[in-house]
Amino acid sequence: MAAAARFFIRGAPFKLPVSGVGTGAQSSFEATLLKLSPNSNSRTKTQRRHAAHFTFQPDPVPTQYGPTQKMNLFQSVTSALDNTLASDPTAVIFGEDVAFGGVFRCTVGLRDKYGKDRVFNTPLCEQGIVGFGIGAAVAGATAIAEIQFADYIYPAFDQIVNEAAKYRYRSGNLFDCGNLTIRAPWGCVGHGSLYHSQSPEAFFAHCPGIKVVIPRSPVQAKGLLLACIADQNPCIFFEPKILYRAAVEQVPVEPYTIPLSQAEILQEGSDVTLVAWGTQIHVMREVANMAQEKLGVSCELIDLQTILPWDTETVCKSVVKTGRLLISHEAPITGGFAAEISSTVQEECFLNLEAPIKDDQLLNPRQGPSSGSPGLHHLSFSSSFIQSVERGQEKTLC
Amino acid sequence: MLLIDLSEYVNVTSPAAAPAALAQAQRQPPKPPPPVGTRAPAAQLVIAQTDQLDPPGTRVVVSRSFADFTSQATFDIKKCDVHRLEEGPPLKAELTREQGLQYYRVMQTVRRMELKADQLYKQKIIRGFCHLYDGQEACAVGIEAAINPSDHLITAYRAHGYTYTRGIAVKEILAELTGRRGGVAKGKGGSMHMYAPHFYGGNGIVGAQVPLGAGIALACQYQGNNQVCVALYGDGAANQGQLFESFNMAALWKLPCIFTCENNQYGMGTSVERASASTDYYKRGDFIPGIRVDGMDVLCVREAFKFAAEHCRSGKGPIVIELKTYRYHGHSMSDPGVSYRTREEIQEVRSKSDPITMLKERMLSNNMASVEEFKEIDIAIRKEVEEAAQYATSDPEPPLEELCNHIFSNDSPLEVRGTNPWARLKSVS
Repeated sequence: MAAAARFFIRGAPFKLPVSGVGTGAQSSFEATLLKLSPNSNSRTKTQRRHAAHFTFQPDPVPTQYGPTQKMNLFQSVTSALDNTLASDPTAVIFGEDVAFGGVFRCTVGLRDKYGKDRVFNTPLCEQGIVGFGIGAAVAGATAIAEIQFADYIYPAFDQIVNEAAKYRYRSGNLFDCGNLTIRAPWGCVGHGSLYHSQSPEAFFAHCPGIKVVIPRSPVQAKGLLLACIADQNPCIFFEPKILYRAAVEQVPVEPYTIPLSQAEILQEGSDVTLVAWGTQIHVMREVANMAQEKLGVSCELIDLQTILPWDTETVCKSVVKTGRLLISHEAPITGGFAAEISSTVQEECFLNLEAPIKDDQLLNPRQGPSSGSPGLHHLSFSSSFIQSVERGQEKTLC
Repeated sequence: MLLIDLSEYVNVTSPAAAPAALAQAQRQPPKPPPPVGTRAPAAQLVIAQTDQLDPPGTRVVVSRSFADFTSQATFDIKKCDVHRLEEGPPLKAELTREQGLQYYRVMQTVRRMELKADQLYKQKIIRGFCHLYDGQEACAVGIEAAINPSDHLITAYRAHGYTYTRGIAVKEILAELTGRRGGVAKGKGGSMHMYAPHFYGGNGIVGAQVPLGAGIALACQYQGNNQVCVALYGDGAANQGQLFESFNMAALWKLPCIFTCENNQYGMGTSVERASASTDYYKRGDFIPGIRVDGMDVLCVREAFKFAAEHCRSGKGPIVIELKTYRYHGHSMSDPGVSYRTREEIQEVRSKSDPITMLKERMLSNNMASVEEFKEIDIAIRKEVEEAAQYATSDPEPPLEELCNHIFSNDSPLEVRGTNPWARLKSVS
């Protein structure tokens, strides 16, 4: 954040031609891109690489759900699962390595507490895990399947899209696998490279019959996960892995739910609507603050929370008010979920729009997989993005 | 059972001479060299042959010359369990001095390279994921010794050893680990994505490389080039559905594919008994013949793969090989490796079945090389790895212009959108 502010002060010009950038501008931009923080030369390379591209901002402590306890994201997930196993005798948790607590510690202690027939490991077979989960759910168990990384969910894609999503429809409501919830760590983490960083929500958004939910913080995670488990439709719950330890909040110990398909307005504003989900919310919070300080732009920040079915009403109402929209996500731009939001909003709010809708993308500076080089990772993070969002707002503002 | 050294008057050209001198004789310079190979510890040595000795009466006093060493020996190797095969690989393996030193050199290089990678990772010079191969060197080296460079190989993410045996220099491997432009994948692939001619990686998703391997075998069959494909996977991947799909296709069309399960007893943190209903991975091919091989013995691995390659090349179809091996490190650098197994177990394997030690002891006890020679090789390897690490640390990172290259194959540069809409990135391929 500080780095971004410093970069901003370094003198990127406020007005840029909208129609495109000449090579001169591009190369000078690239040159500045490389010196993201002015004191980078004084810091060592390895230190620079460890800086996260955002600071987690906790929400105010919720008071309406009872006593709270300090928890990080994975602990809030454990708490949700604990509540579920306690209250629902048919609940079972399974996946790769969940028995000892999971590779991200999300299921620590559950096997000891509830027994090995309720919390158990599966072999290494994602398609099998989800298929098995669908069967268990159809038969009446509350099945909570864990896919070890969202990047590994593709062998199970057929089961999710062809079997889980369509079960209720094709059986005329005779059968359904609404008791199924699939959890997976999601999103970039800095060193994940090609196969530990993906955000596949867009692939699943294309599939009616399932719900896709992404929390931004521990309080949201627990509430949304309990809502997914309770929901009578198969749900996919993506947990931002970079927040597992980084996000710490006071989380209610009792079970509570946060409604699905309701976007939350985190910050009211009048000039531009910012829409994001997951980790990106925290980046956008910083962006909103910067915009207010530097440009006097008042941003309305919306956390979409549920990707499918998404809350079109809240977003459209907000755009009607502000007239401008900027959507930001980690996944590649082409075909990313921002495209769906853009398309719907321009249809619904065409006459209210003051400027084209901007889709912005955080992690991958290209429409491709994240490269293995940690240096390239760093260059694609943080300040450059914030700066681009600033320019995006200028573009939509002028 | 010790037979004191025969005199130099023994006619050394007589074949199948009885095993002769003291096992320790080679370490005492003033003694005359044993005319025939020494009797090694039980169950190892059968026959030894020597090259021409100095004529009777001469003695080598000062240093060992290469003529003093046994040039070739034959060793007993473990019998392999077989599935749907009349007979398995031979029970004896011949090893020449040159081969022995070569295998030693390669295994030791892989070992030192992996340990250096461990060190660099702990210094945070290598980041991301790093899955180390030490303990399993005999598998990579044995396979390479049995197949030709024109044959094909594909494996999963524990790939550094294979990258080396398939012909990539240590410095390019380490530079890829550190993400520099001198790396084998130009710094864009990292630990799990290393490639070489006829080596298809380096694949991150568990089990995904096996159908690929079957496809490569199909290409070999189609092109009629008499090549085979070795498709490797682990004990964890053995439970993936796509493996069984590949087995079926390979058997149906008699593809020259050697499906190889590197069973290192643990799939990440899960022991084989807890993950697999059947731990006889060589039988998992069901209708495909299988062999279970001692993966810690480089000669055993080599003989098994020679057998398997012959099987495939003769048109009999695919074969499954299970290599029983062990990894000393954890699954990856973020796994200490001791929460699901005991340190004693690791120590026991290190002391009793280490592949490099086994080969070295075999050669020493059969007078095929000297301790000093091995030391020299070790020193040379250490130097090579050190220089490679130096290169890997100092080489620059790939430039920003290369960030987007090779997404697609395209004639003119492709414009790529990124985090910053005003910085139009180009993809050249």
